[in-house]
Amino acid sequence: MRFTFASAELAARDGETLAAALVRNGVRGGFTSLYRGRPRGVYTAGEEEPNALVQIGSETMVRATLVEVTDGLVAEPVAGKGRLERRTTPTRFDAMNAHCDVLVVGGGASGRAAAARASGRVIWLDGRRSDPDLTLPRTWAVGIYDDNYVLAVERGRRVWRIRAQHVILATGAIERPTVFEDNDRPGVMLAGAASAYGHPEGVVAVSGGWSPRVHLWSQARGGLRWDDRIGAPVPSGDLRGVECVGSLTGEGLPDAAPFAIPDGDEEIMFVDLERDATVADVRRSVGAGLRSLEHIKRFTTIGTGSEQGKLANVLALRVAAELLGVHPGELGSTTFRPPYLPVSFALLAGRHRGELFDPVRVTPIHPWHVDRGAVFENVAQWKRPRYYPEENETMESAVLRECAAAREGVAMMDATTLGKIDVQGPDAVEFLNRIYTNAYDSLAVGMCRYGVMCKNDGMVFDDGVVMRVGEHRFVCTTTTGNAAAVLAWMEEWLQTEWPELRVRLTSVTEQWSTVAVVGPGARGHLAQLTEIALDSDAFPFMAIREGEVAGIPARVCRVSFSGELAFELNVDGRQALALWQAVYGAGPITPYGTETMHVLRAEKGYPIIGQDTDGTVTPHDLGLGWIVSKKKPDFVGKRSFARTDTARGDRRHLVGLLPAELVAEGAQIVARPGEHRMLGHVTSSYRSAALGRPFALALVQRGRERIGETVVAGGVAAEIVAPVLFDLEGARRDGVGV
Amino acid sequence: MLLIPCPWCGERDEIEFSYGGEAGVPYPSDPAELSDEAWARFLFVRANPRGAFHERWVHTHGCRRWFDLTRDTVTHEIHVRER
Repeated sequence: MRFTFASAELAARDGETLAAALVRNGVRGGFTSLYRGRPRGVYTAGEEEPNALVQIGSETMVRATLVEVTDGLVAEPVAGKGRLERRTTPTRFDAMNAHCDVLVVGGGASGRAAAARASGRVIWLDGRRSDPDLTLPRTWAVGIYDDNYVLAVERGRRVWRIRAQHVILATGAIERPTVFEDNDRPGVMLAGAASAYGHPEGVVAVSGGWSPRVHLWSQARGGLRWDDRIGAPVPSGDLRGVECVGSLTGEGLPDAAPFAIPDGDEEIMFVDLERDATVADVRRSVGAGLRSLEHIKRFTTIGTGSEQGKLANVLALRVAAELLGVHPGELGSTTFRPPYLPVSFALLAGRHRGELFDPVRVTPIHPWHVDRGAVFENVAQWKRPRYYPEENETMESAVLRECAAAREGVAMMDATTLGKIDVQGPDAVEFLNRIYTNAYDSLAVGMCRYGVMCKNDGMVFDDGVVMRVGEHRFVCTTTTGNAAAVLAWMEEWLQTEWPELRVRLTSVTEQWSTVAVVGPGARGHLAQLTEIALDSDAFPFMAIREGEVAGIPARVCRVSFSGELAFELNVDGRQALALWQAVYGAGPITPYGTETMHVLRAEKGYPIIGQDTDGTVTPHDLGLGWIVSKKKPDFVGKRSFARTDTARGDRRHLVGLLPAELVAEGAQIVARPGEHRMLGHVTSSYRSAALGRPFALALVQRGRERIGETVVAGGVAAEIVAPVLFDLEGARRDGVGV
Repeated sequence: MLLIPCPWCGERDEIEFSYGGEAGVPYPSDPAELSDEAWARFLFVRANPRGAFHERWVHTHGCRRWFDLTRDTVTHEIHVRER
């Protein structure tokens, strides 16, 4: 087998690690230290290797001691600091879940014995060994979390998430380095490694004793105590469901030789090879007054390299204790945190990348939007058409065109993504009275009503339309992004505070699709498709009618989020595409997206919860005081409206802004140029076809009292106006005047 | 990741649940009667003990039911569960 290291072609044997092959080929150096550029060579035969780091393909900082050579392998030495590829790694990663009665970590003699006597479902794994008896050969346990949840990595390619009743740690011990002048020279190697590599020529074997691999035990919050006999910390005390066996407990490890720092130049006595930290660094840290290992670690960076102090920590502890003249047990220990070995983010992400990063939700009408060339935006997990550009159209010109169509002709929008909650039960009215700020007793069957809900602190949480479709049945719409949160909120009240209410909630967001037909021409357009009487007397604003549209059973609501005459057609999602096509085919009509919807509603001063609000805004701040009941004895949030802070006079109000030019959303508002005290910020900002100018909505301190004043928004002079900028008298919603 | 005993579904991974904070903080019977201070205490002030803590959870990605349990905030051991 041939492989290439630093441009030299070398031979390897079957099953040999890269480090073993390098050592056998007589390579004693080959690597360079990170900060001081000193020559370094293979130092260990295990996962604690501080020097022999390589780049293999797109994977960086790979330990040569852990890589099995394959024919044609190309490895380049890495000087202690990896280089991330700009492109996405082509490697595919995966994940598995497993449960077991007993998980044994470690394939040595004591691990084997523990696995042999374990009963029930047993998983036995080891990171370096390929022994066929192992349940998971070449699999590292890298993290242990609450209730024995263990993360393991199989061959660097697959994550195992294992939940174990009982974990037996048989992780063994690590040989310690020693300190002397030039102890980092190529050829200096731990005795165990020299033995594993067959005592090659020119190698200086060193050993400072053995330290138990307490990492997983410590991660699981197990205690440690200093063992004078072996000169290292050992597991101490009990941990529910976790047991230590073998040399991890200190058993069978040799007695430590007395420890002393030799005379000589401490600047070249290395304690942490990967960090190039020396005895002199530890001396400086204790000279600066540091007395705990945690502080010495931060001062010297010992143990912060990619091998995370597996070699250096106990040595640093002994050096510091010696310098301070104290017992090593008095200096404490550092906290071991997962992962035990470096794990790539790509491995943790597994298959959840690119298109599978997060679920994508699309409406039944989505294929039409795609065919039409819509530009989409993400709204929570939904893909929503933002605008539908015609040839060579920018977003700005497309939105101006779409807005004009909705204000002057007829336009249509896919409003399916709004959350819909079916509320049923004899106490449904009482339930809605408590959740929303306004009252529902007086809402007749077949009518709908705009509603706002607050949290207990009185801040607006969500809004939507509540349709009364039966005596004991309502459908509440929510904002697109908040649908799940609103359902959870309602459910929490029902279960925990109002279990006496006979009400049941169901999400029907996916079951119903909604097509909005908007504009002065909406009535004429729709009349071609339905026998439902559409004139304002027969079908007034906020009414609901059931009937067929284009032969499809529909629940039609006269609600408007644009100020224009509008009908929202709610149909079974499976028939939504057919309905959309029928509406589109019934005559000239302009499809519009969310950007146009935003402009149209902002021209009318309708806030979008989550855009014009941020969890610190009351209905009164929004100018929605009219929707807050004064008669209802209580509802969620009511008491907070009387709190000193909520009732104070200098709160920020939602107002309109007429800036000289388009301003950025989020822009700071101040009273005059050069002023720094913030009066508020711009929450929405657009160009308006109807107004023939840019405009904005903003939250401004005492905003309603400042109407007519000029302020500075994002450096641009802007007049404060009432939030309703278009059709102030609200005449257009019935289609009047066209 | 905690292993949480849902009283309805049995032991499940923590990722299936949402946290509801301290348990046993009922909505006041008549909020209008409370002083601003008392109402603010209900809104914002919760215990944060070292040790046993009575708290609420909901099995969001399961049965969607709320329940209480007692968790040791040091060891994360769950002692008691209640429907």
